[in-house]
Amino acid sequence: MGLYNFTIKQIENMLHKKEISAEELANLSYEQIDKVDGDIKAFLTLNKENTLEKAKQIDAQGTYDKKLSAIPGAIKDNIVTKGIRTTCASKILANFDDPLYDATVTEKLASEDSLMIGKLNMDEFAMGSSTETSAFQKTVNPWNHDFVPGGSSGGSAAAVAAGEVMFSLGTDTGGSIRQPASFCGIVGMKPTYGLVSRYGLVAFAPSLDQIGPMTRTVEDNARVLEAIAGYDANDSTSSKESIPSYLNALSEDIKGLKIAVPKEFLGEGVSEEVKESVQNALQMFELLGATWEEVSLPHLAYADAAYYLIANGEASSSLARFDGVRFGKRSDNATDMIDMFKQSRTEGFGDEVKRRILMGTTVLTGDNNEAYFRKAQKVRTLIGNDFRSAFEQYDIIIGPTTPTAAFKFNDKIKNPLTMYMSDMLTVPANLAGLPALSVPAGFTETGLPLGLQIIGKHFDEQTVYRAGYAYEKATNHHKKRPERGGA
Amino acid sequence: MAEITKQDMLRTADQARLVLTEEEAQNYAVQLSEILTFTEKINEINMDDVKPTTNGNTIINVLRNDEPKQWDEKGAALENAPEHEDNHFKVPAIMD
Amino acid sequence: MKFETVIGLEVHVELKTKSKIFSSSPNAFGNEPNTNINPKDLGYPGTLPVLNEEAVNFGMKASMALNCDIASETVFDRKHYFYPDNPAAYQISQDAQPIGEHGWIEIEVDGNKKKIGIERIHLEEDAGKLTHAADGSLVDYNRQGTPLIEIVSEPDIRSPEEAYAFLEKLKSIIQYTGVSDVRMEEGSLRCDGNISLRPVGQKEFGTKTEIKNLNSFAFVRAALEYEEKRQAKVLSEGGEIQQETRRYDDKTKKTILMRVKGSADDYRLFPDPDLVPLYIDEEWKERIRKEIPELPDARRERYAKELDLPKYDAGVLTATKEMADFFERTVELGADVKQASNWLMGDISAYMNKHLKELPDLAITPEGLAKMIKLIEDGTISSKIAKQVFAELVENGTDPEKYVKEKGLVQISDEGQLREIVDNVLDENEQSVIDFKEGKGRALGFLVGQVMKATKGQANPQMVNKILKEEIEKR
Repeated sequence: MGLYNFTIKQIENMLHKKEISAEELANLSYEQIDKVDGDIKAFLTLNKENTLEKAKQIDAQGTYDKKLSAIPGAIKDNIVTKGIRTTCASKILANFDDPLYDATVTEKLASEDSLMIGKLNMDEFAMGSSTETSAFQKTVNPWNHDFVPGGSSGGSAAAVAAGEVMFSLGTDTGGSIRQPASFCGIVGMKPTYGLVSRYGLVAFAPSLDQIGPMTRTVEDNARVLEAIAGYDANDSTSSKESIPSYLNALSEDIKGLKIAVPKEFLGEGVSEEVKESVQNALQMFELLGATWEEVSLPHLAYADAAYYLIANGEASSSLARFDGVRFGKRSDNATDMIDMFKQSRTEGFGDEVKRRILMGTTVLTGDNNEAYFRKAQKVRTLIGNDFRSAFEQYDIIIGPTTPTAAFKFNDKIKNPLTMYMSDMLTVPANLAGLPALSVPAGFTETGLPLGLQIIGKHFDEQTVYRAGYAYEKATNHHKKRPERGGA
Repeated sequence: MAEITKQDMLRTADQARLVLTEEEAQNYAVQLSEILTFTEKINEINMDDVKPTTNGNTIINVLRNDEPKQWDEKGAALENAPEHEDNHFKVPAIMD
Repeated sequence: MKFETVIGLEVHVELKTKSKIFSSSPNAFGNEPNTNINPKDLGYPGTLPVLNEEAVNFGMKASMALNCDIASETVFDRKHYFYPDNPAAYQISQDAQPIGEHGWIEIEVDGNKKKIGIERIHLEEDAGKLTHAADGSLVDYNRQGTPLIEIVSEPDIRSPEEAYAFLEKLKSIIQYTGVSDVRMEEGSLRCDGNISLRPVGQKEFGTKTEIKNLNSFAFVRAALEYEEKRQAKVLSEGGEIQQETRRYDDKTKKTILMRVKGSADDYRLFPDPDLVPLYIDEEWKERIRKEIPELPDARRERYAKELDLPKYDAGVLTATKEMADFFERTVELGADVKQASNWLMGDISAYMNKHLKELPDLAITPEGLAKMIKLIEDGTISSKIAKQVFAELVENGTDPEKYVKEKGLVQISDEGQLREIVDNVLDENEQSVIDFKEGKGRALGFLVGQVMKATKGQANPQMVNKILKEEIEKR
């Protein structure tokens, strides 16, 4: 048997009936990693010793009464884990063996008794859409190893798709959960901004970053989100909104659900196959009793531009703290203090990170601050307004997650702008702070997964999950698995 | 149209505490000119009366009580540093 | 050519909250290096700032005491620069909207009163501390995150003397509000000065220089005086002033060039997305306003009017809140106003200056001082003995009544007893009696001294004088 044969709920039942133990689950996860991760390369660090110890404790207690009791999961390597190396897939943090504190989500997962299998590969500092900018290794798409898993949470998506873990945490600044979820045929949720604490998430663009769950099914996803959501006094942007039961909200009945489909989501650059998958999905929603209409959100056309200005401006600030003074890499080749800063950063950061820092610094300096950065923040307001008016009439917004299916290695890494374009459909939800889910929506002719994006109102994850769940139940996309677990 | 020169790029790198070779500076200059030009489409929108959105949400007035807390990992924090001496973090000398 | 001097001051004041402004580490001075730290103070990746409400209250209180308008809506901005003492490589500060604006302080120089404008007061975090060693620099992050207010004056100051008066008054007012210790020697008050000259009558400002490293108000005045002369010389000789940063060297009493200001200083400011906007409503403002105590100017007026104290004395007594509170309490406990004032301005101030201590650091209390004054007034101790009692009181806080009793220092006012002692002294010093009778006034002083010696200083001096004269007459 393999982890990918079961949902979290099924495992929970088996645990209660003593048909499986936490220790067995931990071993299943590590066995699968042994079997496939040599090819997949999703993991940067394994946490085997601690996890087996914890599994034994959970079994000794034998109650399995927490939200994620004995469930093997893994964490993207830009979320800090006390006592466990946290690198952000960057050379500058290659020796950051102990961040000395836990992220709030790390603590929450531990207190829900989940098994923290290890830390997952990603684009360096989450900057990228293919996980190719990782300083350490290239994670492959379990469906076809010639293709990228997407990014930046490529390791998180691949590990779940390859059955190495039952869930993972990703982070999403402009699509970094949804795009790889789509490329790898799994479910990825970027929650409402402020729903999940960012304390302990190494910042890329703090006004856009959110942590979210990546799973094989919508139900599993809802369960993991319940475990990690909630107010945190350590994060000033954390919401005090009460957390409903997302699991209870799941229902196959979506009769009367009103869906908006922005025509800007199906425009230039979106492949025919992708458009077709959306049309099929809409037909399915109609069959399920929902209604849909095409709408226009005119400022979506500017979302990608605004996103790159804001995200990179903030990123140049977020990454300034890596200076070789208190932690991380320090260059051995420095002559004085300022040179030490420069050499450490130059040796420590990769090409894409440098590009973003340079762009961010450029748009914040002098007159550019007003002409680019602040103007982009105004566009952000307009995009938020567009969504607000759409949500006055509709319950959810639907579109593709990505303009195309997964692309091949080296296809886009040479041309930053084309790489950036693969985020054009995901960035609007980040700019507006809205919850957005990617669910499997079929396959291309060549057998690569496609994703459907469902965007909801602020803090209305319930409706998003309900729509995703009904769609998932009505289709069989999520039941298909990469051959041999992707190996 | 944004026109970023190699010289601009070298200056910006210095601000951001990065070192670029001439070739890198040239490449980045071309790429960033292209990306910035692409972003300039936002100038098509009239935004005179639009307020900028600077935060991810609209929460206000988050305040903490003035209660001091000790942290237990102070020694480990020094050990995490590339160099430390006499309970201080140490950096190379500063040249004026 | 005649020049007019234009000075503006930037004053940083550390707020004495219990914890830091954006992290919950203790905010304390003088601890072992790198002990008041946590991941946030070290700029660890993933850490986030959360604003300390008390820091806002304190900033508001200081701004109100300095007559500022308080912002109703403000945000915190990131100000970027790389330096080892600045762990996130940005300082969180208020750029676009400071907490206080458009304030003023009234100063008095040579009897002339003048209002100095305060452009703005903003809240920000302090940096760590860098010390330079032979083979590198050492960083202590204890101070990182200490809440600061930066007070920026308008360029209304026209002389180094006015600058000095501004700082004295500023320190006094802040100290009254209780939001800071304002101790320059501990760095809880720091000052930079901007100075430029312009020909008398010219409207535009001249090019200014900035002076840093000013460790006392006296240095501020001295540095500005030096810089005033230096600039006048340069300008008179047809030269130009460079926009530059200079530091004051107290050994040579000169300002020295640190660096020329370039256009490269770009802090790339933008609102910190990790912090949320702060709205301050009228109710909050009123709550803080009510906590502001009577300020030095008002108190000085009251002392002059109600207690009939000379203006100068009232000014000295109200310079610090501790002094004024001490004084008022002493008087409340029944001490004579003039006596209380004299002791505070005299012996107590002298003791503070000699030992470089502040009033709260001394063992003496208003209760102790009031008791001592009472012992003097009712003749229990002589003013000479009082000096001895004071020395004990100020050092150890010993109760004066107890001390006087235990040490047997009660003044001898018994006429019979004194007459006996005087007779003995006169018997032993016949020559002095003769001298006195021959008109040598000094001899009386000698005889008083002998009586005092015989009584270990405890004889009531007025009575000794009187009895001596009477007994000499008899001889």
